[in-house]
Amino acid sequence: MQKEKSTEIKAAKQLKAVMAQYFVELGEAARTGNKKIAWCSSVGPAELAIAAGFLVYFPENHAAILGANRSAMDYIPIANAHGYSPDICSYLTSDIGAYLKGETPLTQAFGLERVPKPDIVLYNTNQCRDVYDWMNFYAREYNVPIAGINTPRDQPEVRDDVVEACTAQLKEIVPVLESISGKAFDVDRFREVLACSLECSNLWEETLDMARHIPSPATFFDHCIHMGPAVVLRGRKTAVDYYKLLLQEMKDRVEAGIAAVEGERHRFYWDGMPIWGKLRSLSNLFRELKCSVVASSYCNSWVFSEFDPSDPFKSMARAYASIFIGQDDNFKERYIAQKKVDFAIDGIIYHDSKTCPNNTNTHYGLPERLKQRLNIPYLIINADLNDLRCYSEEQTRTNIEAFVEQLEEVS
Amino acid sequence: MKFFAGIDIGSCTTKAVIIDEDAKVTGSYVCRSGIDYLKSAEKALNKAMNAISGGEVISIVSTGYGRHNVTFASARKTEIACHAKGAFASVPKAMTIVDIGGQDNKIIRLDEFGRRIDFKMNRKCAAGTGAFIEEIAHRIEIPLDSLDKIARKAKTHFKINSYCTVFASTEILAHVRAGVSKEELARGVLESVVDRLIEMIPFEGPVLLCGGVVTYYPFIADILSDRISGEVIVPQMPQLTGAYGAALFARELEISR
Repeated sequence: MQKEKSTEIKAAKQLKAVMAQYFVELGEAARTGNKKIAWCSSVGPAELAIAAGFLVYFPENHAAILGANRSAMDYIPIANAHGYSPDICSYLTSDIGAYLKGETPLTQAFGLERVPKPDIVLYNTNQCRDVYDWMNFYAREYNVPIAGINTPRDQPEVRDDVVEACTAQLKEIVPVLESISGKAFDVDRFREVLACSLECSNLWEETLDMARHIPSPATFFDHCIHMGPAVVLRGRKTAVDYYKLLLQEMKDRVEAGIAAVEGERHRFYWDGMPIWGKLRSLSNLFRELKCSVVASSYCNSWVFSEFDPSDPFKSMARAYASIFIGQDDNFKERYIAQKKVDFAIDGIIYHDSKTCPNNTNTHYGLPERLKQRLNIPYLIINADLNDLRCYSEEQTRTNIEAFVEQLEEVS
Repeated sequence: MKFFAGIDIGSCTTKAVIIDEDAKVTGSYVCRSGIDYLKSAEKALNKAMNAISGGEVISIVSTGYGRHNVTFASARKTEIACHAKGAFASVPKAMTIVDIGGQDNKIIRLDEFGRRIDFKMNRKCAAGTGAFIEEIAHRIEIPLDSLDKIARKAKTHFKINSYCTVFASTEILAHVRAGVSKEELARGVLESVVDRLIEMIPFEGPVLLCGGVVTYYPFIADILSDRISGEVIVPQMPQLTGAYGAALFARELEISR
C-alpha cells in the first residue's frame, strides 16, 4: 500500500476566491443598488429569491464567521445586554451583537463598509424558531418585509399535508418578491435555479461520501470549511463549478492514498453543530490521536436530493421539510445507524450545544439507545457553536483523549 | 532496585506514588497543585522518593489536568485511564468507579477484566465536587476538617436545590437565617454531592469511591451506600488511586520495553 501523506486541500485557494467574489458582489449591490438583496435563513427559500433576481445573504454564514474568528465573544454579551438571552442561539446573539456594535469581519476581509442591507428577509422554521426571531429583528431594524415558511419540526414523517401547506406558503412569497423587484416571477427561471441547486447538492453529497474511503481523504473539519458555497451559493453555477473541482480533488486524494489524518486508526461520526471557535484545535487534537471524524449530521444538512425542477414549488417544500434537524428521534436514530455502516464508524461524538437545543440530540436518550442498538461507544462534548463561555478546553481534551484510550483498550 | 512513578496533577492537589517491581507502593506524597504544575510535580515526586533508599525511578507516567506540563514524564495518560487502572488493581472485579475530585467528577464503568466500558465526567459546573464543598463550608463557617464530623451528627438534612455552587450558597444562607442547624446544613452539603452523582448514571453493582473528597469526607461513602443497592468500596488510599494507576502504567511501559 502506498504510504499515506497528510496534505492541505488545494481547492481551499479557489474556495477563498469564490467566497470573496460572493461577498464583493453583495457589497457592490448594496453600494450601487444594482441588485436587490434578500437575507435568508440558511435552509430557507434561497432559490426562490435567486430566481426572482435577488442576491442572497445568509446571516447564519456571517454568524459562523464570527464564531470561527472568535469575535462572537465580543458580540454575544452586547445582544445579551439588549434582552437576547445567553440561553438562545449564539449565532443569533453573535450576529445581532455585531449589528448593534456596527461591526463586521466582512470589512477587513472583503472591503465591505457594512453588512449589505436587505430589501427583504426570508426564513424557514425547519431548523428552529430562533431563525424566525432573528430575521424578525432585522425586518424591524431595516423596516423591510419578512416572508417565510413555518415548517413543523420533530416530524415522525414528512406528511403530504405538511408539504401542501409549505408549498402554499412558498407560493405566497412570490408576490412579495415581485413587489420588491418590480418584475414578474419567471417559473422557468425558478426551474433552472432549482436544477442548479440540485446539481450543487448532488456534488456536495458525493464530495462528503468520498469520506467513506479508508483512510478518508477529508474530515468533518475540512467539510465545515468547504461547505460555504453549498450554503451561500447553491442555485448558482459558481457553487457547481467549485464542487466539481473539490470532488475531483477528493477522488485524486483517494487514488493517491492521501489521508486527511495520517495513520487513521479510528473513524468517528460528529452529531450536532460544529464548535466554530475551536475547529482548528479540535481538528489538530483528533489528528494527533490518529482519529478521523469522517461524517456528520451537520454537513449533510445541505443535501437536498428531493429537488425536482419539473415540480419546483412542491419538491422544494418537501426537500426543505425533510432535513435531518426537522425530524423526530426515530428518524435520527435510523439516519445515524445507516451512516455508521456507510462510513465504517467506530465511535460517535455528540456535541451538546448549550444554545442550540434543536441541533443537539443528546437530551432524550438517543446516544444511549444507539449505543445499545449498534454496540457503538459514544462521547458527549458539552460546548456551544459560538459561545466559548460554554466551552472548557481541558475538560474537552481529557474527554476526547480518554474516549480514544477506551477504544484502544477494547480493540 | 527499580522503581516506577505515577504523578497525578489535579486541579487542587498533586499526588505522586512510587511502586517497586512487584507493584507494591513504596512511597507517596500529596501537595497543592498551585499554578506551577511542573514544580508541583517535581516536589511531589522528590518527596515521594524520600521513602525509597537506593535504586532509581526508571519510568514516570503523568496524569490529571496538568499531565502535559510534566515534561520529564515518560508518557501521559488521562486520569480516566489511570483511575481505572489503579482501582482495578486494588479491587479486581467489574465495578463502577466514582472519583470525586476538586473540580470534576468522573464515573468509569469497568468490566470483569478491568476494561473500560464507558465513562462520564460532570458537565462544566463544579456543583458536587470538592470546590463546591469548600465554597459552601466557607460560607457556613464550618472548618473543612470538621465538616464530616459535624455532618454525621445530623439526623435529617437540609436539601440543597440549586445546581449552581454560588446560588446554592445563597440558598443556604437563607436557611441559616431561618435557623436550620449547622449539622443539618453540613449533611446537606455532602448529601448534595451524592445527589449530583446519582443524576449522572443509574448505579448497578459494586461502586469504588476514590479521589480527594472521599478521603476528607468519608461520610459521603455512607450516604451513597444508603442511596444505592450495590456495595460501596473505599480503597485504602482513595486520593492516590489515579497516581497509583499511573505508576502501574509506568511499570508496564518498562516491562513492554
